[in-house]
Amino acid sequence: MGFDMNEHELRGLIGKVKTGRLSRRGFVQRMMAVGIAAPFATQLLVHSGVAMAQAKDTYEPTKRGGGGILKVLWWQGPTLLNPHFAVGTKDQDGSRLFYEPLAGWDPDGNLKPKLAATIPTRENGGLSADGKSVTWKLKQGVTWHDGKPFTADDCVFNWEYARDPATAAVTIASYKDVVIEKVDDYTVVVKFKQPTPFWADALVGTRGMIIPKHLFADYIGGKSREAPTNLKPVGTGPYLFKDFKPGDLVSGTINPNYHQANKPYFDAFEMKGGGDAVSAARAVLQTGEFDFAWNMQVEDEILSRLEKSGKGRVQVTPGGNIEHIQLNTTDPWVEVDGERSSIKTKHPILSDPLVRQALSVLVDKDSIEKHIYGRTGPATPNFLNNPERFRSKTMKFEFNIDKAAGLLEKAGWKKGSDGIREKDGKKLKFVYQTSINQPRQKTQAIVKQAAQKAGIDMELKSVTASVFFSSDVANPDTYTKFYCDLQMYTTTMSQPDPQLFMNQFASWEVATKENKWQGRNITRWRNADYDKLFRQSESELDPVKRASLFIEMNNMAVGDQVVIPVVMRPGVAALGTKLMATISGWDNNTWDLSDWYKKA
Amino acid sequence: MSRQYIIRRLLIAIPSLLGISLVLFTILALAPGDPFEELATNPAVPPEVRAALRAKFGLDDPVWTRYLHWITAMLQGDWGFSFVSRMDVDTLILQRLPVTLIVIGSSQIISILVALPVGVLAATRPYSLFDQIANTFAFIGFSLPTFFTGLLFILVFSIQLDWLPFVYRADIDATGWQFYWEHIKQAIMPVMVLGLFQGASLVRYVRSSVLDVIKLDYVTTARSKGIGERKVITKHVVRNALIPVVTLVALQMPIVFGGAIVTEQIFRVPGIGSLLISAMLANDTPVVMAVTFVFACLVVLFNLIADILYGWLDPRIAFR
Repeated sequence: MGFDMNEHELRGLIGKVKTGRLSRRGFVQRMMAVGIAAPFATQLLVHSGVAMAQAKDTYEPTKRGGGGILKVLWWQGPTLLNPHFAVGTKDQDGSRLFYEPLAGWDPDGNLKPKLAATIPTRENGGLSADGKSVTWKLKQGVTWHDGKPFTADDCVFNWEYARDPATAAVTIASYKDVVIEKVDDYTVVVKFKQPTPFWADALVGTRGMIIPKHLFADYIGGKSREAPTNLKPVGTGPYLFKDFKPGDLVSGTINPNYHQANKPYFDAFEMKGGGDAVSAARAVLQTGEFDFAWNMQVEDEILSRLEKSGKGRVQVTPGGNIEHIQLNTTDPWVEVDGERSSIKTKHPILSDPLVRQALSVLVDKDSIEKHIYGRTGPATPNFLNNPERFRSKTMKFEFNIDKAAGLLEKAGWKKGSDGIREKDGKKLKFVYQTSINQPRQKTQAIVKQAAQKAGIDMELKSVTASVFFSSDVANPDTYTKFYCDLQMYTTTMSQPDPQLFMNQFASWEVATKENKWQGRNITRWRNADYDKLFRQSESELDPVKRASLFIEMNNMAVGDQVVIPVVMRPGVAALGTKLMATISGWDNNTWDLSDWYKKA
Repeated sequence: MSRQYIIRRLLIAIPSLLGISLVLFTILALAPGDPFEELATNPAVPPEVRAALRAKFGLDDPVWTRYLHWITAMLQGDWGFSFVSRMDVDTLILQRLPVTLIVIGSSQIISILVALPVGVLAATRPYSLFDQIANTFAFIGFSLPTFFTGLLFILVFSIQLDWLPFVYRADIDATGWQFYWEHIKQAIMPVMVLGLFQGASLVRYVRSSVLDVIKLDYVTTARSKGIGERKVITKHVVRNALIPVVTLVALQMPIVFGGAIVTEQIFRVPGIGSLLISAMLANDTPVVMAVTFVFACLVVLFNLIADILYGWLDPRIAFR
């Protein structure tokens, strides 16, 4: 387990805070002393019925408006503005300019109320003891941009809208298995079939943006694409819709009736799309033409050089995305029943744990961080890194060619005359694939060099991103088919809860021909103990126990070298010097737009 | 010129357009990728949603049924429905058209305005200092690709001198003179990059075509009649020399509608070119089909117009 402190001790401390014998601060400090990070410590208190400390409000302006125009650059502009159809981040970010959920996720993975009056807790009666329902109190006096009041009916409507398969909403997964009921005009209850530890999904965050019932009620199901409001959003957000040109521009003007006092600061905003990441960084950091640029997929070296102009700064936001190397557990070179990498086979070389261990010490993560990614990719030993409360503290990584050589020697792989190891006349050779993307090719080269020194012949393969990441069943080069020994890419974590993220190692998620390679378990690793832990985490209501389950799952997957984590991929944004904006790795870039302002 | 000729040309255009559309559609259908690809890598979206969307937009039908659907809809004036933006393709294209016409159109005008006088002057004084300079610049102009001159302009005028913005904004929040001034300021760089590139090659055409004409006997006759040099050039030389140039310009007209992919991308000009490239990257087949097909129609149309113009300008050319 990831904790040294035993559970009883912890509960004792929480009890002391409840009865006032120990201050919240004292509790957090004691937790930190045993290696539990502050956000996790506070979360422990919340789930145990002690109210969360109000996040410090750093918003300075004392009146609404007067901030001029806010100009932001998304080098891929939003192409649609209905949050239930928002395919990519860009579309969600665009929809979030006008629509709001009940609550959003702050950078630490805690909830911040938006359309909710308060965040449900055990103490305020919002969370039921059996974990089967959540009661949300809605903020009163909120109006849609057209003046109609926002009520519980709207919340219920969003559930009906999204769960209808005919609507084909991308948010369906958050709504199809729950029931949302109206209690009164300003109270809704979300009911689950099973005890659900991660209760803040429907109506919360990226997939929780709420659209108005009175404008969408006639366009539910098959008619969903005909709704005129799809292209002219009417939300509750800080800015009113002005203009939308897909892929090019979204603009808005200040909402004089916004439900939060003194907000927003800007009189209007303009989100410009198109172009490329480098010139977007230039427009913010070097010329100051724009105030904010999204997703700076630019080498850190260039960003640092541009920052020297003094017009702006780079802001790095931790999230859960992880660039990692996967080790195939099946044989990619033998075809069984029309598919390679079939779970009926075993990888001839990689099934030996010694070989996997050798590979894991041949990835020079520090050099990869230092020479390739910089601030945009910190090296990590873990697959599950954030929110910090779920991060394992026991995993370590090292780079050691001699150790790798020793391990391979022990496994019976002896060096041949050409420097490549062999066993029973078979060469130690792997094919290592990834998508075409400069940092990835550089990483491949670093790994190949180290592998060669240890006597492994590493053949590098790079596939065009549009093929590699496609779900084309006919193409052998997609990442889900995994028709090679090793592969590398970034897997994303879109929620502050690891449940979905960790199903990538569950045995029922294995990608096979039968499920058209749509399973999420690409390495095809199967382990009964892991499956058991995963099932346990699905219904474990105690946040402390649940966190330790996830930490153990991480340690199993990484410890068994199913994957070799390389670097974390935090969010990177460019901000003008004066712009103050909180970006969260767990929510849309524009989740807190109402609180953006410029320092005087 | 006979009416029969035009009718025949129009009839020939139909099978060629059908062929073009068929080739375009097949290539797009065979290309890897899926407009709902992003959904596949998102763990929070169940695969059924993607399957439902694919079925809803008819992506699972065989290629030929999809083609027949598309062509019958197109013939009825329905340009299709964008997978990615969930709106009608014609609205998307019409949104982009004004900017394309303004930017590409003015770059064409500039290229003609520069190329005509420079080419004519250079030809009337062949191998003079002016001709040499003009030639050198023309060579440099059409040898440098637009993505290079574009970046060079940005570096000099936006970053070093800080005179001009390098992000084109279609919605400028200003009124009166301010509005026009802002629009001109942001259009200067893209218009110049394109205008100078096209102007450079046009200069060489104008020059060689004027040189061909200026040596002809009727020009000598005109001169010997005592007509002023200026009049000889404008009335007798340029008018005849322009025949091939006019056809060339007519053939370039479709480009005005097609946009300039590279330049639009560099300056973030929201034109047809940038719509096309983003639609291609997103595998938004209906948009790609509509843009490329309209472009093909324009090429066929302007070819026809050029042929007709040619016969009208020079009646010696016979139609058969």
